[in-house]
Amino acid sequence: MTEILFYVFSAVAVGSAIAMVTRSNPVASLLFMVATLASVAGLYILFEAHFLAAVQIIVYAGAIMVLFLFVIMLLNLGHDYQRDLKGGAWAILSFIVAGAMAGVLARQFGGTGASPIYEHFRGAEKIDALLAEQGAVGIIAHPLFTDYVVAFELVGILLLVAIVGAVALAKRRV
Amino acid sequence: MLTEALVVSAVLFVVGTFGVLVRRNAIIMFLCIELQLNAANLAFVAFSRHLGIDGQIFVFFVMTVAAAEAAVGLAIIIAIFRHYQTVSVDNFNLLKW
Repeated sequence: MTEILFYVFSAVAVGSAIAMVTRSNPVASLLFMVATLASVAGLYILFEAHFLAAVQIIVYAGAIMVLFLFVIMLLNLGHDYQRDLKGGAWAILSFIVAGAMAGVLARQFGGTGASPIYEHFRGAEKIDALLAEQGAVGIIAHPLFTDYVVAFELVGILLLVAIVGAVALAKRRV
Repeated sequence: MLTEALVVSAVLFVVGTFGVLVRRNAIIMFLCIELQLNAANLAFVAFSRHLGIDGQIFVFFVMTVAAAEAAVGLAIIIAIFRHYQTVSVDNFNLLKW
């Protein structure tokens, strides 16, 4: 069951990602991106990251994608769009770059010959025990407010700076 | 399932890279960068299943930084649109020599 769900979510994620890159209508692109994000959230659930799956749906697919949609509609880009894929030599160059990157990643992850080192990891039982003990939120919250508390506070400051910066950049000159 | 998830993550990342390179619409380029961040997040979550919870904390931080980046980036795009009346990156060539 898990295997089937994994392949379904993966296929939807990759298919919508490809559709997202190739659609010329920005709104259609955005909706395919939402489908990709939702399928990745499904994959998170399969990897027992329940809290992150919820955050992915609420923050990513909910808030950030609506922000993109808001900007597309504010700038009135939803119609009279033209095909904006770069053609010719640039497209061939992009294919070569993407193909080279895929080759490097496949070599790294697939591991022809010697089995990759991460096949020997056996930590899943420990994570499951921790998950049963602390719950899906507690398992994230505990390290977040102990080991990573400085980074957590810094991220708060970053968000404040981003809010002020976004308002300052987007407002009209007075 | 770890290797398969890493393959999906790699495919999503490559598709995102290709989109950044080949599209002209600045907003869609931004969207493709978000896709790349998501691909990295998927790899983090897949590893965190076996290596400990820290990977999920990193995903949490990546999501926060992505939100901040989207807000500032879209504000920049709005400011540029006010000057040029377009979001096509072909027109933003003031810094080219």
